[in-house]
Amino acid sequence: MKIKVEQLEQVTIVIPIGDIDALTASEVAAFLDSQLKEGGNQLVADLSQVGYMSSAGLRALLATLKEARHQKGDFRLAAVQANVQQVLDMSGFSGIFQVFPTVEAAAASFGD
Amino acid sequence: MSKRWELTVDGHCENLATIADFVTEAAQAWGLNEKATFEVQMAVDEACTNIIEHGYRGERRGKITLCCECADDDFVVTIRDNGQPFDPEAIPPPDLTCRLAERPCGGLGLYFMRQLMDEVRFHFDAEGNELTMIKKIS
Repeated sequence: MKIKVEQLEQVTIVIPIGDIDALTASEVAAFLDSQLKEGGNQLVADLSQVGYMSSAGLRALLATLKEARHQKGDFRLAAVQANVQQVLDMSGFSGIFQVFPTVEAAAASFGD
Repeated sequence: MSKRWELTVDGHCENLATIADFVTEAAQAWGLNEKATFEVQMAVDEACTNIIEHGYRGERRGKITLCCECADDDFVVTIRDNGQPFDPEAIPPPDLTCRLAERPCGGLGLYFMRQLMDEVRFHFDAEGNELTMIKKIS
């Protein structure tokens, strides 16, 4: 799967493109982990181009969030599509993650 | 009126997209709306991921056969495999309210299947494993 990355001041924006299922989740997890190691502890996933996420994808997100918080930073989600939002709600992840309507809002939230 | 679709693939993750396309096509052909189609596709994806990762231990040891059937108001998906059987009743539902540090990174697949479908039934015998999941159309 294709994963892009952008830097918005101190915040690293990761942009996965495509479905996150059991095949692609490990690639996403490894990429997010590398960004935490190399790019700092303020991380945002732009999910605007992820139309589907299974529990394998949630595992990748949760592992990243735990590591980011362990590093005294945070991992926040932005631009979540309806199907993925349903999965976040079903899993209770909506109460664990900070979710923002846009990438800009998610990035700006680190300054709050 | 009833109709039936069947697909057999090797049990590995590279085939999850093929499985998703197959189920989506069958659900749409039978007239399930977008939300119901997504829910069936996700339940099947979780079921097949469990078979590959747990039943077949990720070692490409066997096949997965899917059958979609429609009868009256039911869209029925049957999934057969020959992986390691398990006791679904022994798998507790996840605690969705626990603190982040205590939240395990797995254990959601079976929970999602039960949330997304109206019926989920397992049958294990010498012939293999059979999972039946039903989505009520009405």
